[in-house]
This record gives sequence, structure tokens and C-alpha cells, in this order.
Amino acid sequence: MTALTDAPVVVDEAVGTRRPRPRRRSLAWLGAVPFLAYAFLFLVLPGVSVIVSAFQNTNGSFTTQWVRDLFQGQFLSANVNSLELAALSAITGGVVGFLAAYAVVTLGRPRWLRSFVTTFSAVAANFAGVPLAFAFVATIGSEGAMTKLLENALGVNISSFNLVSVTGLVVVYTYFQIPLMVLVVAPALDGLRREWREAAANLGASATQYWLRVGLPVLAPSVIGAMLLLFASGFAAYATAVALTSGLVNLVATLIGNYLSGNVIAQPQMGQALGLDMLVVLFVAVGLYLLLQRRASKWVR
Amino acid sequence: MSAASATTAASAELATARLRPRRARAPLGEGRARVAKAVWLGLVSLYFVIPLAATAAFSLEGEHGSYTISAYTQILSSSAFSSAFLLSLRLAIETIVLAVVLVVPTAYWVRLRLPKLRPVMEALSFGPFVVSPVVLAVGVENVFRKAPSWFIGSPNILVVLYVVLSFPFLYRALDAGLRAIDVHTLTEAARSLGAGWALTLWRVILPNLRTAIISGALLAFAIVMGEFTIASLLLFNTFGVYIETVGMTAATGAAALALISFALTWLAMGGLVLVLGRAGGGKGSVARQVQIGVTR
Repeated sequence: MTALTDAPVVVDEAVGTRRPRPRRRSLAWLGAVPFLAYAFLFLVLPGVSVIVSAFQNTNGSFTTQWVRDLFQGQFLSANVNSLELAALSAITGGVVGFLAAYAVVTLGRPRWLRSFVTTFSAVAANFAGVPLAFAFVATIGSEGAMTKLLENALGVNISSFNLVSVTGLVVVYTYFQIPLMVLVVAPALDGLRREWREAAANLGASATQYWLRVGLPVLAPSVIGAMLLLFASGFAAYATAVALTSGLVNLVATLIGNYLSGNVIAQPQMGQALGLDMLVVLFVAVGLYLLLQRRASKWVR
Repeated sequence: MSAASATTAASAELATARLRPRRARAPLGEGRARVAKAVWLGLVSLYFVIPLAATAAFSLEGEHGSYTISAYTQILSSSAFSSAFLLSLRLAIETIVLAVVLVVPTAYWVRLRLPKLRPVMEALSFGPFVVSPVVLAVGVENVFRKAPSWFIGSPNILVVLYVVLSFPFLYRALDAGLRAIDVHTLTEAARSLGAGWALTLWRVILPNLRTAIISGALLAFAIVMGEFTIASLLLFNTFGVYIETVGMTAATGAAALALISFALTWLAMGGLVLVLGRAGGGKGSVARQVQIGVTR
């Protein structure tokens, strides 16, 4: 997660070019060819093919019709739902996760707390997809264990809460968003040095002033960047949504899946256009994350 | 609930910081602030524990309020489970081997001789987050639709794509590992003693990157064992797809599988933390490597 360029690169360059052997250097590029070819074939090429196909008719001629259709009807509402889901789950997970990470980092004791939370976060952030969806169905679904327990013990009926909705998905996605936030933001919190706080206090700053003028400005790039990352993962998530909703909630990810698996036969090119749609959203979110990360790395050791 | 207690925690923290003169070794969180933080962590952990506990209870439900482990015995003895599980296990091992063979020499070589390529590698390591699994599946279908069936029609295609999904994690681990050792001196020492490139890589570089390779491999394992998106869109019956199929028919079975899958993830991540902890990777190293964990 370091900046794209850093000091060692310069050093390496100096060492690498110390020996003036032009023939060797031309051969050195060959060493990277297998990997680059692989990445081109199975990552870049598929990505580019989606972009190109989104602008093609079935006979191969150029058209912008599919892309224009993205802003209409069912496709527009899928975008609205997906953006809403990604944003809400990123904000909820971001705020809760940030405060949890802050608590863990500043509590310090007991010693095992930090490593336990990190491990658990690593597990929970990776516990996405189908199993996560089923866990929530088994918990607060209409027949879920928690639903029954609340009904029998307290007489509280939560069966009206619908997991198959954008709100339901937000509740489920938060399960992997919070730990993801903890993992991404904890190093930034480590970078917040105690001396700054003491220096501010010595200069007569109140705690509020410290946070407004020092703490938050230093943390802002990391926190916003982390939330953009959560946004991207919320927008791209497919497995959890499919397992939970079977496509009943209109989302970009599940619509793409419907086109690809042939559940929708009309206008097959819309699958490509929706793919482009997701590609653009993720590119913007991840790109902004990287820019902010570069800014944040000034403070994070 | 969350927002209110969060504010309490924050303001309590600010209040104590202002009112109390700090004792010599007093940590930042103190007294009331410590309590507020602990309460907050307790509330957050409820959100994580309840679904697991409820899923466990649900998976043990028998008829008329009784409890039974039949959901587990049925699954573990079914041939559909073992064939799907073994397929995913095979894919995971093949993915790890192919990824290590492809990425380790490249990362080493880039570090040693092609530093100008580092930004390209960094950019590619974010590729799978921009070309998400759904989009990758669409693109692969576009490009390889007419490829021979031993490739597109067999699980081999999944191995190839899982290597792409694992690449960011393996590369990040290797990059950190390579930065921690003096690649140039080690290489020159080995070469001057007469070792060829292959021997240098195998006997000198590889042992020094053991931690990085193992942690990258464990992350790849967790990814492959849980992967659903690409496998289901390209119509292969992996463990992830099997779990979803069971969910359509048997609710308690699905809950049991959710827990089994959770345990598998714990196994991989616990192993990761153990490996990194023994290597003394420091506080942030685990966090840095699993940061962008969600590729589903």
C-alpha cells in the first residue's frame, strides 16, 4: 500500500545501471515477458474487450445506443440501487470501522487485543459471498434463529424486516465493510503520533482544536480513501447479492450476471454496457483511493 | 445505536484528555474513555458474533425444537460435497503453484534489474479491483469463447483466472519481502560463487522469501476456496457454487456449510497471522497484506 514510487527505486536504478552491459540490459526485459503476457491475456484483454463490445452492435458496427440505455429505465434504477447500496454500506462500515480501529489502537492494552482484532478482521473481511448471505438468512431471515428467539422470548417481531432489499443488503454488506475499514485505516491511526497531541496541548490547544486542526486533517486522506475502497467493494460485490436476493433486487452486478448466464436474451449487448458501467465506477473509486493514499503516505510511516 | 455511542466514546475521550493531568506512563485512553471504548468494541463485536452464533444454532435445529448434528453428517457424507470440495482444493493448489512460479521470479527480476517496471506491476496489482470478477467473467467469455474446450470448457480456465485474482496479494507480500532483504548483494554473492540464475533463485532468494510466499499462498487459498462469482458464471461446480446450490433446497445444510466455510477462512487467516507473527512482521504487516480482501 505504499506510494507508487519511493526512494528504493532510485537506489535500485543506480545499482542496476552500474554495470554498463548493453547486451544484458536488452535481454533483461525478456525476464518480465511471461508475466506481462499473462497479465495482458487474462486481465487487460478481457477488460478491454468489455469496453470495445459495449460500443458494438451484434454485427460489429459502432453504436452508442447501449451506453445511452444505461441511463434509462431498468438500467438507471440498477445503477441508483447499486450506488445507494455501495455508498450506504461504505459510510456505515466506514464510520463504525474507523471508531472501532481508533478504540483498538488507542486502548493498547490488553496486548492480545490488537492482534486478535486484526486476525478477526482478516477473517470477516474475507467471509463475504454466499456463506455470509446464508448466515444472515439463518439469523434474521423470516425463519432465522434470532427472529424466533426475539419472537418467543421478548415478543418482538422482526419478520417484517426484509433482507431482500437494498436496506437488507446494507445490513449484510456491513459485515465485511467494517473489518475492511479496520484493516485499511489502522496503519493510518498508528501514524497519528502522540507528540503532536502533546505539542498542540503545550501551545494551548483544546482537544477539540487538536482534532479539528491536526488529527482530522492528517487522517482525512486515509479515511476518505478507505471509504472509497469500501464503496468499490460494495459496488462490485456479486456473490452475496445473488445468494441473498436471487436477483430480485435490481443491481448492476446481478444484472451483468443475468446477461452472461443467458437469463436475459433480449439485447445481449447490454451485458457488455453494464460491464463498462461497473468498470468505470470502480476505476474512478480505486483511482481516487490511490491518489489519496499517496497523499496519506506522507504521514503514515 | 451506533452513532450515539460513537459520539459518547469520542467526547468522553476528549473530556478526559482535557481534564486530567496525564500521568507519566498513562496511555491515551484512560478511565472513562477506556470504558467507553471497551463498551463500543463490545457493541460492535455483538454484530459479528450474533450471526455466527445464530447460524450455529440454526444449523443444529432438528424437528420439534430438538437439536441434531444431522445437517453436518449429511453434508460431510454426500458425494456432491466431496467432489465439489476436492475440486476447489485442487484448484487452490494449482492456483498457488502457478501463481508462485509466475510471480516470484518476475517480482525478483523487477526488483533486481527492471526497477522501471515497478509502477507497471503496482498498477497491475490493482487491476483485479478495477476489472472485478463479474466483469472479468464477461471479458473472458468475450475473448475465449472460441478457445479449445480443454481450456475454456474445463476448470483449467478457473485456475488461470484465480491466479489473476491472487496476484495482488502475492505481489504485495513478495514486494514487502524483497524490500526487507538485500537482493543485490545476495545475488552478487551467489553469482560470484558460481551459481547460475536458477540456482540463485532456488537456493538463495526463495528461502529468504518463505514468509512472503506462504502468506501469499494462504490468501490465495482463502480466495479460491470461497470463490463463487466466476465459477458460477462459467458454470463449474466448485465448493462455493455447491454451497449456493444446497441453500436452494436445505436451509439447515446451508447454515452448516456457512460455518464450515467460516472455519476454513479462520484456518487460512490464522495460519497467515502465525507465519507473519513468527517472522516478526510487526503490527501493521498483516493488515497491509489483507487490506483489500474482498474480491467477491
